[in-house]
Amino acid sequence: MSKYTEDDLREELKTKEYEYGFYTDIESEKFPKGLNEDIVRAISKKKNEPEWMTEWRLEAFRVWQQMEEPEWANVTYAKPNFQDISYYSAPKKKPKLNSLDEVDPEMLATFEKLGISLEEQKRLANVAVDIVMDSVSVATTFKETLAEKGIIFMPISEAIQEYPELVKKYIGSVVPTTDNFYAALNSAVFSDGSFCYIPKGVRCPMELSTYFRINEGGTGQFERTLVIADEGSYVSYLEGCTAPQRDENQLHAAVVELIALDDAEIKYSTVQNWFPGDSKGKGGVFNFVTKRGICETNAKISWTQVETGSAVTWKYPSCILKGNNSVGEFYSIAVTNNFQQADTGTKMIHLGKNTKSTIISKGISAGKSQNSYRGLVQIGSRAENARNFSQCDSLLMGNECGAHTFPYIETKNKSAQVEHEATTSKIGEDQLFYCNQRGIDTEKAIALIVNGFSKEVLNKLPMEFAVEAQKLLEISLEGSVG
Amino acid sequence: MTDEKRMEELKDKLLSSYLAFENGKDINSDVHDIRSKALQNFEKLGFPTKKLEAWKYTSLNSILKEDYSIFPKAETAVELADVKKYFIHDIDTYKVVFIDGKYSSFLSNTTHDNMDICLLSSALTKPKYKAIIENFFNKTAKQDNLTSLNTAFANEGAYIFIPQNVEVEKPIQIINFTTGAENATMIQPRNLIVAERNSHVQIIERHQSLTDNAILTNAVTEIFVDTHASVDYYKIQNDNTNASLVDNTFIEQQKESTCSVHTFSFGGNITRNNLNFFQKGEHINSILKGVTIIEGRQHVDHHTLVHHIEPNCESHQDYKGIFGDRSTGVFNGKVIVEKEAQKTNAYQQNNNVLISDKATINAKPQLEIFADDVKCSHGCTIGQLDQQALFYMQQRGIPKKEANALLMYAFANTVLESVKIPEVKQRITNLIAEKLGVNIGFEL
Repeated sequence: MSKYTEDDLREELKTKEYEYGFYTDIESEKFPKGLNEDIVRAISKKKNEPEWMTEWRLEAFRVWQQMEEPEWANVTYAKPNFQDISYYSAPKKKPKLNSLDEVDPEMLATFEKLGISLEEQKRLANVAVDIVMDSVSVATTFKETLAEKGIIFMPISEAIQEYPELVKKYIGSVVPTTDNFYAALNSAVFSDGSFCYIPKGVRCPMELSTYFRINEGGTGQFERTLVIADEGSYVSYLEGCTAPQRDENQLHAAVVELIALDDAEIKYSTVQNWFPGDSKGKGGVFNFVTKRGICETNAKISWTQVETGSAVTWKYPSCILKGNNSVGEFYSIAVTNNFQQADTGTKMIHLGKNTKSTIISKGISAGKSQNSYRGLVQIGSRAENARNFSQCDSLLMGNECGAHTFPYIETKNKSAQVEHEATTSKIGEDQLFYCNQRGIDTEKAIALIVNGFSKEVLNKLPMEFAVEAQKLLEISLEGSVG
Repeated sequence: MTDEKRMEELKDKLLSSYLAFENGKDINSDVHDIRSKALQNFEKLGFPTKKLEAWKYTSLNSILKEDYSIFPKAETAVELADVKKYFIHDIDTYKVVFIDGKYSSFLSNTTHDNMDICLLSSALTKPKYKAIIENFFNKTAKQDNLTSLNTAFANEGAYIFIPQNVEVEKPIQIINFTTGAENATMIQPRNLIVAERNSHVQIIERHQSLTDNAILTNAVTEIFVDTHASVDYYKIQNDNTNASLVDNTFIEQQKESTCSVHTFSFGGNITRNNLNFFQKGEHINSILKGVTIIEGRQHVDHHTLVHHIEPNCESHQDYKGIFGDRSTGVFNGKVIVEKEAQKTNAYQQNNNVLISDKATINAKPQLEIFADDVKCSHGCTIGQLDQQALFYMQQRGIPKKEANALLMYAFANTVLESVKIPEVKQRITNLIAEKLGVNIGFEL
């Protein structure tokens, strides 16, 4: 990867509007708008799913119908009309892929614009990419390499066909269909997503990554990801996304389930860059995501996220520390600008003995945006010697934005040690002055300071992502300080 | 009968007894309008339930099912000797004392000399107080359910008016005794305190039950602190385990004023402290501190709000809690910084120690910040006493129990340090020793 210089940054900063906002015209097959049992059945049928899966979806749909949209989050938005969404769209020419040559050339061009050159990635980054484009996987690389180790990494729709017993055992085991409004909706209508299984004692040799894109206008994206790390295994999973610029609000309600069995470790990193709406707050993606992992004995789950996009974000990657000595981590940077609203945080549920969790959350608000941290640390009565450390720092730019913290701490065990601290500050004028004095202009100085502020989290990202994330932070805050 | 049904019954009882209450009051006054409106508000809102975010961790179901008598009948005589221990009696103080919600002239020591330390009931009715009542009564109190309920029945309590440049030379004690002689009793004291420009006053407040019957106190106190004035308020809560308290305090501060509230919660059944500060000028300092030491099945909930509206103000919060047996503690602190309130310095600290496996602590320190040039931080910890310090002391011949107590006293001491009345400090120190079951004076 070539070095990213300050000149590159200057170039980047000139591009004020959302740079990945383009629209690829690929003829896609689409369901009529609306949602009812027939649509759920049709999606299931389209995917050629077994009977149990169809039933599972229908059950979720019935539960969903009884539920109400949650309103407790510190965000305001026009509620999506769930009957005005098309719940399935797939690129029509679904190629059976063995090599990249078979991919639709137009789609390849799209990836190039996004900077995901598959060849490049294959050769340089050593990353296997399972690209999800409008809900159906169209390209999978490095499958053979992974297969050698016995690692299963494929679209979940294929996994349902090929490994039904694994899917049946684990799907919905961490995020039940009844969990919440959006999880139930996702369970009923999810179109595709990634499935990953790491066998016992295997250390996945490469970072697994998926790029999400919302493409077809008016299509909600309902991804379902299931990662299972069997005893003693390790996997690092990357997820990143960009979306085309669009006037209409787009709904994204994904569910991610992680299962770390005894002694396993899962590292899940996200760079989220959905279209945030333009500088007047128009358009933008609604991101209502349920992410949760369960840790068995001695297992570890680590969530790292960089949130720069979406008009509205509602996302709480959580860890259930069920096994003794298990560890949960959450590292997050959430940047909001213009009219963006983010309500994000984590839940750490300590059930096992000697469980540990760490929460580092950095919120940066600029423009007229609202940025909230909402977290829960719960120590059960049997969780002897549980330990938690939480730190939430907020950086405010301008006086039209807001930073909020809503930490909930519930402790039922006397041996628990819980620490929570939060600070709110702005970029110091002395800091800026110091930089200016040394010939660094204000814009660049801010980028520098923001990077320093976020360093603790950026450091947790895998190399490839860290560079990208750093660029994203700078672009997201462009023009926010005068 | 279900809890909900019982709660509904109590609500109906309160609503219907309003008619009797109204009888004998001047129904053409402004105060009457305020009361009627508040009653309608309560009728609409009902009692708070756990479904409300503000009451997520505190359920009133167990205390609202009692059949409370709302207007205790005859005034019950109380012997001074029996209740002397509840007063800070080793110094000269003004006293405003109520028994079952009725003024006790025998136990009180009020004044109209250069200031008013008297009764709200007379302030609400006498023409000479009309202007002040119009300006201040029910002006800062929120319109939430229990405050509205209190407002509807607001009649008696302490009325304290300190004019400009007056420094009250001795502290004022406000004490509410409940005898509940016949059955469970509910009382709703209402206090109004106005400290004019440049004045200074110290107030000690206490609620004390003298019976084994269930007691529910729903108190509202409004405090206005004018420019340059300073108010120190001490709440001592060490009641019987069958007495519950919902204490709603609303404080409005003008520029360059200082107000501190210390809350010492050592007893009671369910204690809920709603403490609200509104800063309506620049260079204001607000101080909220508390020590909670409870055991058994007691429940203490501190629900604080500091609303920073103007620039250059400060707020300091420091709450310490020690929880034994099956007790539960709640701390819900909220700091709001409006976008005009630049250069705010808000600090919030909450530390808790659990000394039993069955005790629970729920904390929710909350910040809502809309201004960029501010210093806001909060810290919240839940942990144990330092085992090494304990070992160090035991090694030097201090028995474990005393060593433990010393550590806990040191833990709570940051709150005690700022108590400005030595006698109150001494009283609290003794209470802490009593609670921790040791006989040491902590004057080490």
